[in-house]
Amino acid sequence: MSYEVIGISVLWLFLYGYLIVASIDFGAGFYAYYAKVTKRDHIINQIISRYLSPVWEVTNVFLVFFFVGIVGFFPKSAYYFGSALLVPASFAIILLAIRGSFYAFENYGSKQSNIYMFLYGATGLFIPASLSVALTISEGGFITEENGVVSLKYAELFTSPLAWSIVALAITALLFISASFLTYYASRANDEKALNLVRKWAIFWATPTIIMALTTMIALSQRNERHFNNMLDLWWVFGISIACFLVALALLYVGKHYGVAFIAIMLQFLFAFFGYGIAKFPYLLDPYIHIEDSVTSEPMAIALIIAFIGGLLLLIPSLILLMRLFLFNADYAKGKK
Amino acid sequence: MKVEFDTVLMSRLITAMTLGFHIIFATLGVGVPLFISIAEFIGIKKKDKHYTLLAQRWARGFVITVAIGVVTGTAIGLQLSLVWPQFMQLAGNVIALPLFMEVFAFFFEAIFLGIYLYTWDRFKNPYTHWLLSIPVLIGAGISAIFITTVNSFMNTPDGFLLQNGEFTDVNPIAAMLNPSTPTRVAHVLGGSYVTVAAILATIAAFALLRKKGAATYHKKALKLTVISMFIFSILTALAGDLSAKFLAEHQPEKLAAAEWHFETEENADLVLFGWLNEDNEVVGEIRLPGFLSFLAHGNFSSPVIGLEEFPEDEQPPLWIHYMFDLMVSIGFFLLAISFIYLVFTFVKKWNANNKLFLWLIALSGPLAMLAVEFGWIYAEEGRQPWILRGYMTVEEAATSSPYITHMFFLFLLLYIVLGTLCVVTLRKLFKNNPAEVELEKRYPAFEKGESE
Repeated sequence: MSYEVIGISVLWLFLYGYLIVASIDFGAGFYAYYAKVTKRDHIINQIISRYLSPVWEVTNVFLVFFFVGIVGFFPKSAYYFGSALLVPASFAIILLAIRGSFYAFENYGSKQSNIYMFLYGATGLFIPASLSVALTISEGGFITEENGVVSLKYAELFTSPLAWSIVALAITALLFISASFLTYYASRANDEKALNLVRKWAIFWATPTIIMALTTMIALSQRNERHFNNMLDLWWVFGISIACFLVALALLYVGKHYGVAFIAIMLQFLFAFFGYGIAKFPYLLDPYIHIEDSVTSEPMAIALIIAFIGGLLLLIPSLILLMRLFLFNADYAKGKK
Repeated sequence: MKVEFDTVLMSRLITAMTLGFHIIFATLGVGVPLFISIAEFIGIKKKDKHYTLLAQRWARGFVITVAIGVVTGTAIGLQLSLVWPQFMQLAGNVIALPLFMEVFAFFFEAIFLGIYLYTWDRFKNPYTHWLLSIPVLIGAGISAIFITTVNSFMNTPDGFLLQNGEFTDVNPIAAMLNPSTPTRVAHVLGGSYVTVAAILATIAAFALLRKKGAATYHKKALKLTVISMFIFSILTALAGDLSAKFLAEHQPEKLAAAEWHFETEENADLVLFGWLNEDNEVVGEIRLPGFLSFLAHGNFSSPVIGLEEFPEDEQPPLWIHYMFDLMVSIGFFLLAISFIYLVFTFVKKWNANNKLFLWLIALSGPLAMLAVEFGWIYAEEGRQPWILRGYMTVEEAATSSPYITHMFFLFLLLYIVLGTLCVVTLRKLFKNNPAEVELEKRYPAFEKGESE
């Protein structure tokens, strides 16, 4: 395999990791606020805060990892994405800053306030919306380059069905992923009440997620035919994704094996996300960044891959330790430790 | 032409603001884990609950500052590409490795910090929990090292060839271990530890000045932090001296601008303080004859290169002299006050915890943080007009987006909100729950008989 393929696969994997952990985090923020408004916060807040407290910082690193990595492997992307995304990415930074730091302020500093809970819930939905702009513009046609000045066509972006479909898909998917994870976590904690509530949410958000996935496909077919046709060629990948979704939905309905259900959902998004990404190949930004002509020098690519393997050897055992102590420790989940 | 200039200026301002805000929390992030770890270790070893509580209370405050450090660090990480797209396109070929490894170190630290904070009472053997602090402090130190190599590369680029405007023959390791890396890493690490020691000493000194309960607890904190302040300020001063010698060799224009040393000469004078009059002559200064030669080369008669040797448009601004002087003065103040305090502590009949000393120590934390800012401004402004010294100027690197001005004000607002909330939250956290109350609550038997 060539360096650029290894590079983009690694980065795509990390973006997928961010998609899962951030969805859980952002969705939990939304549900915490929703439960407070509907006066059901006493049922689920315990579950949410016990899971989120030790891991919020780790979630953030997945994102940092992706954008540092993509600039490292493909320096050209810094120029195009960096120039075009100044405004949307700055908004994403500000929302992330509000969310991350307010989380710490509230959790360790004082009692829960309504404003904070609102910001916590709202930023959770706006961050994916602002980040998904990067995915939209990578399909091409949203930026111009004149006299060495790269700029984003805002009118084009805000009137694009694709942009809005991607935003809606991101939000419905995160609510679905988050609710299914919380269902699993509540079942680990033997918390019947919380379980019933979040399970209902998970089943509810399953349908809009699939509808938005189809809508996005249609919008994509009009925006970038090449990408769309490549996806049709990979129909079996999306077939597996849908099969995983059906398994997860069935388990949620029956009310058994929530762990398996959540793994099925992770696989559903894994296949869909990689199918989407592979179909995009070989452009990172259609047509400005072709994967081959933008890759970093060979010694740097080798160094990055070595650093990546070394880093993983350090990270994987640490992550397992973190999960064993908090996520998969029944006593901790129940609130005994 | 004017518009272009404005976006460059705003690009510089937004980066200066983000970094100026971030390094407050980054410095704390590097230093505090070390002191938490030391305090917890002493607490276990001596079976002294005071030290254990010290570690716990420092850790609790640390979480708040870490949160801001993480989000502002994310901001600067993204802003590198958003505000300086051309720079990242070019330099990304060479500095990707340390940036990448910095994220790994940060990841490692984040995982163990989460574990450390939530497992105080979960292990039978207290050393197990203490061991979890080691990866946190190592991760914090290593990420500081990697990011400093990136900044060093911008000062003394190395490890590549430039052909037709592109970097070729890239050697990532040589780029990381560029000439200025060793002295800068030493100065940054030492400076962070001494600053955090000073800040924690300020907290203890202030508590003692307020004279409300738990005096023994605060005195122990003060002794631990002032000893550390003394050790680390010596190391930082040594690293600073090596940095000056390095500058004389590799970046003479930075040293010359800092010292207002205009003409190349032997036996050069060190200029302390003073200001420049309208004819750019130095007025009101203290001159130490020959000391600049000594600082630069360890020899009073060696020649030191002056600013005149550089074309005018490649000279750094002259006001960095003030930054340099302020940083050095504060450094020596910290060294002196911690030294005198320790002398007083070891002579039993003298009272080290007198009011004057406590006030001076209470001042040293804020001063140390100012020194970090001054030193950083000096280092960054001292390489103007370059973003990549000798290869790319800041004007060639900045974004051309006119929205940069709006973003500046948006971020200004964000940092004002974050800074205010940080202070409010920390005050709430500690004011409503002072050490004496917590000691009483948790170790009632232990606290009996202690009410100085």
